[in-house]
Amino acid sequence: MSSASLENILRKYDGSPHNLLQILREVQEAEGWISPERVAELEQALAMPRSKIVGAASFYSFLHLEPVGHYRILFSDNITDRMLGNQALMEQLCNLLWVEPGKVSEDGLVSVTTTSCTGMCDQGPALLVNGRAITRVDAARIEALAERVRNQVPLAEWPAEWFQVDDNVRRRDILLDSQFEPGSALRALHARVETQGVQASNPRSWREGLPRGLVGPATMLDEVKHANLRGRGGAGFTTALKWEACRNAPLAPGQDRIVVCNADEGEPGTFKDRVLLTSHADMVFEGMTLAAYAVGARRGFLYLRGEYRYLLEHLEGVLARRRRDHLLGHNILGIPGADFDIRIHVGFGAYVCGEESALIESLEGKRGTPRNRPPFPVTNGYLDQPTIVNNVETFAATSLIALHGGEWYRNIGTAQSAGSKILSVSGDCERPGIYEFPFGVTVAEVLEACGARDTQAVQVSGPSGFTIAAHEFERKICFEDIPTAGAFMVFDKRRDMFEVARNFVHFFAHESCGFCTPCRVGTSLLRNLMDKLHNGQGSPYDFQEIERLNHILQAMSHCGLGHSACNPVLDTIEKFRPAYEARMVHRDFTPAFDLDRALSQARQMTGRDDEMAHFGTEHGDAR
Amino acid sequence: MSDTFTLDGREIPFEPGQTIMQAALAAGVYIPRLCYHPEFKPHGSCKLCTVKVNGRHTASCTYKAAPGLQVESNTEELNTERRTLVQMLFVEGNHFCPSCEKSGDCQLQATAYELGMMSPHFDHFFPDRPVDASHPDLLLEFNRCILCSLCVRASRDVDRKNVFALAGRGIHSHLIVNAASGRLADTNVALEDKAVQVCPVGVILKKRRGFAVPIGQRTYDAAPISGHVQGSASLTEE
Repeated sequence: MSSASLENILRKYDGSPHNLLQILREVQEAEGWISPERVAELEQALAMPRSKIVGAASFYSFLHLEPVGHYRILFSDNITDRMLGNQALMEQLCNLLWVEPGKVSEDGLVSVTTTSCTGMCDQGPALLVNGRAITRVDAARIEALAERVRNQVPLAEWPAEWFQVDDNVRRRDILLDSQFEPGSALRALHARVETQGVQASNPRSWREGLPRGLVGPATMLDEVKHANLRGRGGAGFTTALKWEACRNAPLAPGQDRIVVCNADEGEPGTFKDRVLLTSHADMVFEGMTLAAYAVGARRGFLYLRGEYRYLLEHLEGVLARRRRDHLLGHNILGIPGADFDIRIHVGFGAYVCGEESALIESLEGKRGTPRNRPPFPVTNGYLDQPTIVNNVETFAATSLIALHGGEWYRNIGTAQSAGSKILSVSGDCERPGIYEFPFGVTVAEVLEACGARDTQAVQVSGPSGFTIAAHEFERKICFEDIPTAGAFMVFDKRRDMFEVARNFVHFFAHESCGFCTPCRVGTSLLRNLMDKLHNGQGSPYDFQEIERLNHILQAMSHCGLGHSACNPVLDTIEKFRPAYEARMVHRDFTPAFDLDRALSQARQMTGRDDEMAHFGTEHGDAR
Repeated sequence: MSDTFTLDGREIPFEPGQTIMQAALAAGVYIPRLCYHPEFKPHGSCKLCTVKVNGRHTASCTYKAAPGLQVESNTEELNTERRTLVQMLFVEGNHFCPSCEKSGDCQLQATAYELGMMSPHFDHFFPDRPVDASHPDLLLEFNRCILCSLCVRASRDVDRKNVFALAGRGIHSHLIVNAASGRLADTNVALEDKAVQVCPVGVILKKRRGFAVPIGQRTYDAAPISGHVQGSASLTEE
């Protein structure tokens, strides 16, 4: 890289330390990794200590401070990829390329390893080559891929169909079925305000955060309130409450309100945001603009997960078109003072950045560590400014609400869960893909729709969600019953639910940010316990240990990642205990080695002969 | 008259803006802690100071005191949970108290005694953490690092040097220094730096000062850590 191109990158990002991560991404995209020389140059250019640059970069799986090979191949390692045979495929590729998993080949050509779910579960097994997704990997494709790596064929010359990502929309409802016209929701809102005979906009409303009583933005907020829209990220927080809190938060001089769209879709098994951003980006961006209108924001961000980097050019194109059409930028729809624009921030493989305060830290160019709360982002978010963070689907739904009104929206779904939910269905079924249902659909209905047979269990809302067993298939997908961010992974009777839980536990251990003691150490301890059982060394004692870790993680962890890390284990222990019992090799087994007898010498030395000094009969003699 | 909240049945007065930890310290009440230090911005990462506020677990070093809060701290339940956290810290690193220069002055060790920890309970991780002996006057013994980030905060906020930073993620999180070589000798660290004084365990050590105070006469030999509520005992040792 010439110094001129580094200068260009720095200029593109205003030479701001807050844009450190985007600058590092562009450097890496040009050179393959971030060399010490570049770090030194950035240290000067950004007036930032090297320790901070390295500290931030080393947090993210997809930023490399060491060479990772000309071809960096990452196999998606979600349980659905495993069920489709990714482990054998990775072994095949490693053998073909003479490379050890996780290591760079000696000639520096290639490295092969695994990564967390890449959001291609409906067309897996999937992998990433230098950040680009290859779907539907099979043995033949691996062979052809190895050939190209060996011959150093540039990625641009690889067959285009390898990189094809399909939407796989199987069922449409209000959202996916709408023929959305860009700008129509903004115009509908504008019209609604005018028919109510009130001035729709006021330059102050955008800049100074909407004094109470200003009716234009209030109308948007009212519609969202009427609609009873709740956050689609899974937690189901009432959207209007969040927006109102942001809008009412005081602004210091020079501050703005900020709208952030969370497209860091990292929950394994979820891929609906990929489809929304691919085919319904206008609805999402328009929803952000409506939200900006409601809260009085002028700046917006889309936080795009690194695995969806391939969507960046497409999304930039949509933003550019919207600016041309006066749907973004200055004086939106010709309304004086209606200013709002959106920047895209690409992530780098860190699940924890889906947590809103970690996401904001990452947006600021730092390690993605969740903040201490309160204060909450609605008052102290991006660069300490009032910030709303909402899910991609929430913003898309906002556009629908502006178009059709809150009253219309709240009559769809259930009492507590208005509207529809987009499910990402994968695993053991005939038709994996995207299914949009009104809230209140039962698990059984979804299974029927996707052509699942002999289903043993469904993991709803990903590893941090719920393992639903056959006797619960009449339960409903909605905030009153089973809330979900959208993942719906199906497991038929052939599957070993212990291995499902073990895969999830490995995921949490890999993705823990390491900030707090209970999660940093606890998720690794839990992973080790599950591996112990997997290795055939389990005993009932391990159940107690799992209980103990679960308690600590739930009670003491800093954020939701730690709180939910034990969920898949507890659920599967409760509902699929035989899968664990099968691994309790020591339950009915008395080893030839007699521990109590071996302890006799120690008892003699310590002069103890009480009950606690004996290896209890419940262990030694149970037969 | 200031407001009060209740801590283990005792009325604790507080000034507006104070956290539960700050108010408790001012009232002479010990709440176990490792990453909190009165002179620095609370971090809230070690979670040792977790209390129950109106029945809910929360870190007392970051939670603002408010009138009428019901706070539990010195209970069997919370101390059992804290003991587990200390055990986690012990197995995560490589802690060999008998050969450690900081033994008797170490807050991790003292907190373990305070909480009645009798064994590490969990299997040790035995991580590979090479020491950095590059500096002529200072030794970095990373095996003992508990990632409290006190040196990071002291260097950043007091010394204005950013000598230390956290790097990596999850169980691979670790301390780094601000030098391309990765060696402390190549940083602008100085013996007088606040960052050099604040380590609660035995990571940042002055060379050629081994066992100046004999075992048995050290900070926590005289009184357990709960008897040192006013600030960090290791700071006052010199």
